[in-house]
Amino acid sequence: MNALRKNTKAKVPFSETAIETFIRLCGISSIIFVFGIFFFVFREGAGFLFNGLDLGQFLTSPEWYPTSLSNKRYGTLALILGTFSVTTLAMCLAVPFGLGAAIFVSEFCSPKLREAFKIIIELLAAIPSVVWGFIGLTLMNQMIIKIFNAPIGLTMLNGSIMLALMSVPIIVSIAEDALKAVPDSYREAAEALGATRWQVVYRVLLPAAKNGLLAAVLLGAARSIGETMAVLMATGHSVNIPTGPLSWMRTLTATIAAELGEVARGDEHYQVLFIIGILLFSITFIVNLIADLVIKGIHQDF
Amino acid sequence: MKQNVKTKIEISDLKVHYGNKPALNGISFDVYENEILGIIGPAQSGKTTLLKVINRTLEFTADATVEGSVKLDGVDVSTIGDVYGLRRKIGMVLPLPVGLPLSIYDNVAFAPRTAGLRNKAELDEIVERCLQQAALWDEVKDRLNALGTKLSGGQQQRLTIARALSHQPEILCLDEFSIAVDPITTMRIEEVLKMLSTEAKMTIMLVTNLVQQAKRLANRTAFFLNGNLIEIDTTDVIFSENPANQITYDYVNGNFG
Repeated sequence: MNALRKNTKAKVPFSETAIETFIRLCGISSIIFVFGIFFFVFREGAGFLFNGLDLGQFLTSPEWYPTSLSNKRYGTLALILGTFSVTTLAMCLAVPFGLGAAIFVSEFCSPKLREAFKIIIELLAAIPSVVWGFIGLTLMNQMIIKIFNAPIGLTMLNGSIMLALMSVPIIVSIAEDALKAVPDSYREAAEALGATRWQVVYRVLLPAAKNGLLAAVLLGAARSIGETMAVLMATGHSVNIPTGPLSWMRTLTATIAAELGEVARGDEHYQVLFIIGILLFSITFIVNLIADLVIKGIHQDF
Repeated sequence: MKQNVKTKIEISDLKVHYGNKPALNGISFDVYENEILGIIGPAQSGKTTLLKVINRTLEFTADATVEGSVKLDGVDVSTIGDVYGLRRKIGMVLPLPVGLPLSIYDNVAFAPRTAGLRNKAELDEIVERCLQQAALWDEVKDRLNALGTKLSGGQQQRLTIARALSHQPEILCLDEFSIAVDPITTMRIEEVLKMLSTEAKMTIMLVTNLVQQAKRLANRTAFFLNGNLIEIDTTDVIFSENPANQITYDYVNGNFG
């Protein structure tokens, strides 16, 4: 006992220094990894990006013919619109369901049921995306053909439903945490004022938790934008500017996944795929930046 | 106080258990109209539970069971269909000030709005009247749109009092309101309570840990201990040299608790 006391007084123990250094390295490494990935992706695509690629055409032309022998055209408009439309539709489906489920689990259901729900929702989150793609390719395909009398079921709607099912667990668990983080005293105070359960939710809990709820929605959206395999399998993977939920389409991510294995390393097509990667990087960066700014704005209110 | 008193709340043989743990062991007493009833007693004596039974917010505690009856104006509260209307009849001020994360205006307008009031002019009038009654109006009248949670602790507690008054309750219950409030603000709130009692003819139940507060304000005082009502009498008797129970004397004189 005495020896221990002397020791701590004399100097900081080695274990303390070691742990602090380790934690510092973990923190710094995340920054290094992000910049490292960006650097690698940028390096692979930079040559063609600055020398040869018509950036205007790249962003505004719907003509994606990277393997044409006579006239290669790298227009990604259809892919960009594909990514945006499928994500938007997926969010239209997932946000009401996800937030609704979170409100139900956190405020309205019994403790036993809540535990069951949480386990099921976590299970839903653990399903690999290729399995979702498989469900889209087989089950949902048939259903859409039957219900909408469509020629083919591999459409934006199909992909959106798959993406929605994948982002709902994220939205539910983060939104539920946000609602649970609202102090019970708010609920008690509102109830003592004669508010019904639903009035407590929409007048007190939603405003109090809006920060976390927004984070839930944005993380769900980020999941949708970045998802590859499910949309590759479920949307038809055909270059087409989508005109409605029943048109087939292709996304930026699916294009990279499907074509990168078939290009010669270093040629134009290869580099264009990396430029698409830079584009995706920029999109997610902008989404995150907007999210940060919005959340900061909300913070200033409080 | 004895002559012409009308019973506002009639509590008979009230027993409350949390699971197997008793919180109130069959208590009976009346609360008279327009009195200030002080309720004193150490922690875990069932004071807060009593208030929660009256406005039926105990129902949110899953394992709580209630026996016996609480009658408000002769009607058993457990049979009232419109529980939200019941809660609006009773203003409740909780121990820690809870400014809802809304603007000051919306905090006070919360209860009238949940009751369905939408008329802006009427809401304005209610907000101003309640904030003035709670002695907060002069401090916040220029920033009614600021968040209620931004106010200081004492201001927030007065905001919750204003909020409790906003639905024009017949009974005002205060649960240890001065825990998070400095002595000066406590005195201001006590002045407000006296005014509400004499001018607004409100029935006030004041649960407090400060025995001197009960002595200053209450017409009658009830002493609770471990879920039992030891004694209820006029404040003068409770704080005299010879209350009915020795244990009451010991508690109010600080010999224990």
